[in-house]
Amino acid sequence: MIAGRVALILLAALVATGPAAAQDKIRTIASFSILGDLVKNVGGDRVEVATLIGPNGNAHVYEPSPADSRRVADATVVFVNGLGFEGWLGRLVRASGTRAEIVVASTGVSPRSSASATRLGDDKTDPHAWQSVANAKRYVSNIRDALIKADPAGAGVYKANATAYQARLDALDREVRDVVAGIAPARRRVITSHNAFGYFQDAYGVAFSAPQGMSSEAEASAQDVARIIAQIRNERISAVFLENVTDARLVTLIARETGTRIGGTLYSDALTDAKGAAPSYIDLIRHNVRQLAAALGS
Amino acid sequence: MLYDSVIAPFVEFEFMRRAFIGTLALAIGAGPVGVFLMLRRMSLMGDAMSHAILPGAAIGFLLSGLSLFAMTAGGLIAGFVVAVLAGLVARTTELKEDASLAAFFLLSLALGVTIVSLRGSNVDLLHFLFGSVLALDNPTLILITAITSLSLVVLALIWRPLVLECVDPSFLRSVSRAGAPAHIAFLALVVMNLVGGFHALGTLLAVGLMMLPAAVARFWARDITAMIVIAVATGIVSGFAGLLLSFHAGVPAGPAIILTAGVLYVGSVIFGRVGGLVRHLLPRRHLEA
Repeated sequence: MIAGRVALILLAALVATGPAAAQDKIRTIASFSILGDLVKNVGGDRVEVATLIGPNGNAHVYEPSPADSRRVADATVVFVNGLGFEGWLGRLVRASGTRAEIVVASTGVSPRSSASATRLGDDKTDPHAWQSVANAKRYVSNIRDALIKADPAGAGVYKANATAYQARLDALDREVRDVVAGIAPARRRVITSHNAFGYFQDAYGVAFSAPQGMSSEAEASAQDVARIIAQIRNERISAVFLENVTDARLVTLIARETGTRIGGTLYSDALTDAKGAAPSYIDLIRHNVRQLAAALGS
Repeated sequence: MLYDSVIAPFVEFEFMRRAFIGTLALAIGAGPVGVFLMLRRMSLMGDAMSHAILPGAAIGFLLSGLSLFAMTAGGLIAGFVVAVLAGLVARTTELKEDASLAAFFLLSLALGVTIVSLRGSNVDLLHFLFGSVLALDNPTLILITAITSLSLVVLALIWRPLVLECVDPSFLRSVSRAGAPAHIAFLALVVMNLVGGFHALGTLLAVGLMMLPAAVARFWARDITAMIVIAVATGIVSGFAGLLLSFHAGVPAGPAIILTAGVLYVGSVIFGRVGGLVRHLLPRRHLEA
């Protein structure tokens, strides 16, 4: 009896301490760290952003926790990438019973399908649209519009922030093009561990290949690995790169077998924490393109 | 023609040679261990163990970040603790070994999930920790060959009490006190082979190459030594054929190897000399022949 009462009181206490704090800000959720950074830049001080998949997390194998579900339930706006990137999100949203607006940040981006569409099951949409800076500008416009809809009073702030940030993205886009222009066209070929750089390839003309296919969840076959090795030998590919979200062992071994240099780490699906090389979206793109230039330029 | 499709992939590509050496080592080490596990009715221990190592891997991750060495060492310790506790409970109480193992691996898994979420990280630790047969670098190859060598030596040392315990545990208890130490040493071997296998090749291959060859061997031999020889041979053949399947058909390597072993298993269930279906259903004809 007493134990039962104590349990009830504890339960009541839990419920009472639930949502509190920061009532004045618009609560938003971003599904992963890169998107979270974009929302922060548009929302500024008026918006509180929580990311479900934090720095160095891998969205392809993410599992939501109950705390995530609660954060989604409390949010006003939930930003997702779309294009099939967050396969788990539908269930999380339904289970949390949230009334938040779900905003697909990639709306309006022209989706690209995988480069190796000849392979069975690979002909799906490539979700990694943010790897092209032009697409990121589109994301920013979508985020701005969604925030204005959720918080009309802040419209001026959001518009100003978005315009300022898009100007920085324009500068970043020019910077990337300048750096790539400095690499000899024949050398613009690299290997990464999973196929995350298709949009970068289309926008800036650096060719990427990967043994693992587009989702880091899939397992490579011996045929895939042999194909990549033959490709490196035949096309004289000059560098292979690691990624922060996947196991480096396979790519490292391919580099060894072909005598190719490991060019460093590219950041594909997640930012690093504040101490890392890519704590924000702009840092991430800048870091990647510098790594590419350093490995391919010489 | 035969050379092109069977030998050439291994000559041309170093990663294929490495993959084959890896599966060879695993088949030789895990084969005998699998046979003993099967005879002790602990065939599902491998799957339990793949969850039980989580708290160790998580503590390794908390202490030193995404270091494979720390996470594997932690996994080894966690796996060993779970196996020994389960073994002790089974030996000293009424609970059977499978039930006590189930209890401890579930506790361990829950503890592991708790530790991971304390850090608030969503990195899928085990996904990261589990290796692939196509990505065997030198340290990983040395790790699994070392585990295999150690397994064979320890098995040779504890052979007699181990076999006796599988066949007639009460007799062993009446003549010797070597049963418990041999049991603990055997559990250590199981954990070592599994965790090393997870690290090098992933859960599917580590568990699969341990248990499927043992199940195949059961259908062809009555005697433990013969069973072990057949299990090891089955593992090696599956590894070789599975890698070729993966190379030519583009199937992921781990599943290809296990599916090959699965075909051998189904064949053994049907045609096996000891208790196979054909033997079982048509006993007369065989007696007449």
